[in-house]
Amino acid sequence: MATTTMPRRGIDLSAFGRNRALLAGIVVLGLICLFALLAPLFVDPSQARVGVTVPRRPPSGSNWLGTDGQGRDMFTVMALALPQTLKIGLLAGLISLSVGVALGLVAGFVGGIIDTVIRTASDVMMTIPGIAILVLVAANVREMTVELMALIVAALSWMVATRTIRAQTLSLRERGYVQVARLNGTSGLKLIFIEVLPNLLPFIAASFVLTVSQAMLATVGLEALGLGPQNDLTLGMTIYWAQFYSAIIRGMWWWWGPPIFAIALIFIGLMLTSIGMDSFVNKRVGTQ
Amino acid sequence: MYLDYVIRRFGVMVLVIFLAVTINFALPRLMPGDPIEAQLNQLMASGGGQMGDVAAMVEAYRSRFGLDQPVWMQYVAYWQSILRFDFGFSLANYPERVSHAIAASLPWTLGLLGFCTIVSFVIGTWLGGAIAWPRTPRWLRTAGSSLLILSAVPYFLIGMILLYVFAILVRWFPAGGGMPFGLNVGWNFETLRGILWHATLPAISIIIAEIGAWAIGMRGMLVSVLGEDYITLAEAKGNKNRRIFLRYGMRNALLPQLTKLALTLGHIVSGAILVEVIFSYPGLGFRLYQAIQTKDYFVIQGIVLLLSVSIAVAMFILDLIYPLIDPRITARKS
Repeated sequence: MATTTMPRRGIDLSAFGRNRALLAGIVVLGLICLFALLAPLFVDPSQARVGVTVPRRPPSGSNWLGTDGQGRDMFTVMALALPQTLKIGLLAGLISLSVGVALGLVAGFVGGIIDTVIRTASDVMMTIPGIAILVLVAANVREMTVELMALIVAALSWMVATRTIRAQTLSLRERGYVQVARLNGTSGLKLIFIEVLPNLLPFIAASFVLTVSQAMLATVGLEALGLGPQNDLTLGMTIYWAQFYSAIIRGMWWWWGPPIFAIALIFIGLMLTSIGMDSFVNKRVGTQ
Repeated sequence: MYLDYVIRRFGVMVLVIFLAVTINFALPRLMPGDPIEAQLNQLMASGGGQMGDVAAMVEAYRSRFGLDQPVWMQYVAYWQSILRFDFGFSLANYPERVSHAIAASLPWTLGLLGFCTIVSFVIGTWLGGAIAWPRTPRWLRTAGSSLLILSAVPYFLIGMILLYVFAILVRWFPAGGGMPFGLNVGWNFETLRGILWHATLPAISIIIAEIGAWAIGMRGMLVSVLGEDYITLAEAKGNKNRRIFLRYGMRNALLPQLTKLALTLGHIVSGAILVEVIFSYPGLGFRLYQAIQTKDYFVIQGIVLLLSVSIAVAMFILDLIYPLIDPRITARKS
């Protein structure tokens, strides 16, 4: 590591102070999750059905966020849609993270032809524009559900984790303590789970945030195109219906405003967390 | 070494194209039922009055795909038609050809995306450099850093807010479309003004979101460049700050920034698709959205294939250029 005074000053003075970013990101995401967990307990789900309330009402005392063009109470819609959106993102993130970590570990540890195959596959998948394939798959599926959505999105976002974990495994494999364990006759699987995997945890955490954020981006995009779960309430589908019924042109800001605000907040939270984690992870690399 | 690298990148491109065509071929065949009949029946049920001669269409598709032949022969035939840029007919606007529909909307997307990418690259790179440079005024660095947050927000959300504020609340810009209604298109000032006026809001929403991505990359790059020994040497030699920033700092940090272009290309294209939808901009993205709405399967297929192939080719070209302009990349890869 080169140590000059200039870059240090550059980092410290920038508005993205290292750990402040992580803290801010976790606080933002925490508040969102808290709302997603608690809000559904306090709303009446029937208020989110079409035609229950008077449509096209601006926010008022009885409808905090107004009602949409089809007579749904927007606050109830938001309270029910947010957990669903988070569920897709987390589920897709978890699936692709597991796939990514498994492939990355194998590629980095086994090497040879298997490594070449996995590396080429992830290169190819990174080149294919995800949304294009997603559009094709989603257009062919009879009925989209939240779980299926997560699975489809996960199939196209495992590459980042694979690359990160592979690179780290390659460098960990050559470390002294791993070599010692290997010379002591530790078997392959034990080597991976006891010596390598624990040291990968910070990288796994960082990849998880990135993967979730990628999965959410794909999900919201697909839903806004009208390819999301038609019968479920999610933030992206709310935007789709608002767009479908020209809510913007009709001046109904309370219809498209809240989902946009929530989605923007989720992405900003994820980004801050990711920036914060990145510096944390890199610091760890520096000290070793 | 360069040859090895070229062969490897070429292999990836060929694999991507092969995969995209194969997925396009396989997906509808993996679904239960006859895709063409199902699509046409659905269209008839939804009361499409301008369907044209349905029997002739079914016949045309049958002979086109040779659905009575073995799968491998269908696959070969599919490749042959793809290589002739023949993607079949649009189901919703029969007898429009898919290739024709694509050709009509492609220039809009290319123009919008090309312009936005260049503008945001220039502004974002400059901004990222300014944020990383320790002698930049504090206010500029704070303002710039807060702008970076916008790069986390999907393009089309920014587009929706801009649309509401600048086309609905204050009517400075049109709410949608690619040019004024009933415009007499020609090579004149009127046409140019109409097109630019309609492109302003979509362009701004893409640029705002994209600037941040470029700036973040440039900031990180310049911070590490400024830690190099030759910067210390340049300072010791008594170079002017401005010269150190431009000639020693920015110049060396700029090249890796180009590498990012390849990685973000897919992201930019997917982002622009939704911006086009929000502004009813007559490019590929909006056409794709319309095709999804009307379940116009062959248009969806054609656009998706075009997007995958063109991104694969563009990335290959970029991959070829990097090592020529930045020797460090070949050194690292080999």
